[in-house]
Amino acid sequence: MTPPPLPNTQALQRDAMRERLGLFGLVLPALLLILVTMLLPVGWLFYLSILSDNGAFSLEHYRRMWEQPSYARTFWTTFEVSLLTTGICVLLGYPLAYFLSELPKRAANLCMIAVLLPLWTSLLVRTYAWLVLLQRRGLINGWGMDLGLWDEPLSLVHNLTGTLIGTVHVMLPFLVLPLYAAMRAIDRNLLRAAANLGASPLRSFWLVLFPLAMPGLASGALIVFILCLGFYVTPAVLGGGKVIMVSSRIANDIELFFNWGAASALGVVLLVLTGALILVAMRLPGMGGMLRSQEVSR
Amino acid sequence: MPRDSALPITISQLTKRYGKTYALDHIDLEIRSGEFLTLLGPSGSGKTTLLTVLAGFTRPDGGSLKFGDTEMISTPPHKRDVGMVFQNYALFPHMTVAGNVAFALKLRGVNALETAQRVERALDMVRLAGFGARGIDQLSGGQRQRVALARAMVFEPRIMLMDEPLSALDKQLREHMQLELRQLHDTLGMTTVYVTHDQREALTMSDRIAVINGGRIMQLDTPRAIYERPRNRFVAEFIGESTFVPVQVAGGQVALGGCILKTAATAPADGPRLLMLRPERLRVLGQADIGGDHINVLDATLVSAVYQGDSSLLQVVLPDQTMLSVRSASVGLADVGQLRPGSALRLGLDVHDTVLLAPEEGPV
Repeated sequence: MTPPPLPNTQALQRDAMRERLGLFGLVLPALLLILVTMLLPVGWLFYLSILSDNGAFSLEHYRRMWEQPSYARTFWTTFEVSLLTTGICVLLGYPLAYFLSELPKRAANLCMIAVLLPLWTSLLVRTYAWLVLLQRRGLINGWGMDLGLWDEPLSLVHNLTGTLIGTVHVMLPFLVLPLYAAMRAIDRNLLRAAANLGASPLRSFWLVLFPLAMPGLASGALIVFILCLGFYVTPAVLGGGKVIMVSSRIANDIELFFNWGAASALGVVLLVLTGALILVAMRLPGMGGMLRSQEVSR
Repeated sequence: MPRDSALPITISQLTKRYGKTYALDHIDLEIRSGEFLTLLGPSGSGKTTLLTVLAGFTRPDGGSLKFGDTEMISTPPHKRDVGMVFQNYALFPHMTVAGNVAFALKLRGVNALETAQRVERALDMVRLAGFGARGIDQLSGGQRQRVALARAMVFEPRIMLMDEPLSALDKQLREHMQLELRQLHDTLGMTTVYVTHDQREALTMSDRIAVINGGRIMQLDTPRAIYERPRNRFVAEFIGESTFVPVQVAGGQVALGGCILKTAATAPADGPRLLMLRPERLRVLGQADIGGDHINVLDATLVSAVYQGDSSLLQVVLPDQTMLSVRSASVGLADVGQLRPGSALRLGLDVHDTVLLAPEEGPV
């Protein structure tokens, strides 16, 4: 015996379809923007990178990168600066994020403004401010020698140290923000429960807080690392030509040599390496889930 | 576990202030070894603060707290060795059920084999055997509740603290868990301090109840004494339904509704009093019922009757215009719930159910 047909099934299905289309319409502008500003230029870059100077298809830009050791050095420097910046940001940002998450909401919001304040100032201004502070006859060296803390001016800028000071300063909020959010979302009763079950504060941290805040730490560190890979202004100014990152080299290729092909090839290689690195990171035991799902901490 | 593995708790002068308000106002309380004591009060009464002081999460301004003979007031929470069940369970979401239960044992250096056995036994006790490998998010509310319980008792603490552990469960499960929790307490024998704002839960489970309001203990007594002989208006109002009638005591006699009331209190002192009546203790008498020596008979007129299933709630008025509530059990289709407003009634009131309170504070 077949049941009698339900009324209105077609109309209801049409409604459901219309709802789905409406939802898709909401993301359409963003998708178009990404297509125009991201995918097309990247495709264009890739196309340029496989053209030789006379316009024929060739892999000469890639071959040159492979053959000249200076390119390998540039990539190494890029990853070195990015890793060190990320590491220092974690060391500085973790306690800060924890401190903020322990504060009452209102006080934490005030402090958060202080953390975010640097983002409201022009990157260029901040970078040149560091130059003024750090250079041989800068404020820090001046005070240090006046107070007799050191006799010769320290070289704080135009080297790796200066670059790291600048990049860490710029990147710190990007680490603190997601980490703070993850820590804030952790139920404080979990820490109380850990203590009640016999865990000292240190063990509560390692056994409960740290693993639960891991998604925030992972996403913060990843954001910092990836932003660093393509960082241009600060390393270029504070590195003073001694710390050459991929972005500086791309700028040189275009501004000095007008070689769009070489610059594009560098861009493509950086993009591929970054993508590969993220994929590897997500395969690490435990990391994949942490990067993918933020709701673990709830 | 034998009974002597429980510890008594002695609290004296315990005080905690937030700004100008007292969360705990010089609390003195002795909790007996192996007792099931409930802290009962409205929200903001200080009952949870008291529990968190016992657990070590809240630092009081002063006072003394002893487990057995040991002063614990400044012992950090991880060295107190008390079990605790949290209101929202506070299970570690990144661990399995077994991982949660084993947590305390691992911290105490119990070896892997014994840990596994004790975890299994604890899960067995809360009827969750075989659930060890599950994730917390795969459990229902009632199951989480049981895991929290297993986690708190697996290291055999001599004191157990429970902070409204059943408040997130639906009514049926809650009533079931009340009996189960009480049985578990009787089996394990530890001293249990239980916080709730649910009076029925407190009456069902406790050996003694401490009714708390404004950071002070309003009454500490057995469930029966708390209900039958409340010592002040707050306790009488907070627990059960009650009607308060201002009365005058003159010459050791109480007048209500135009007649002299027989009371259980022997010769109360003269002056204004509050008479507390429980609606379910006022009985609608039949025509032939003449009461007796220990029954007061009152004439009344019905104002309204509301049928509520197991009982009907009547509003009646006495000849002197005093309004009373009467709860009458429903019996069949032709019970008092079907009476018309304006009908005359006769009410019976046992002398033991007349409680005289001072107009403001304390017993007579």
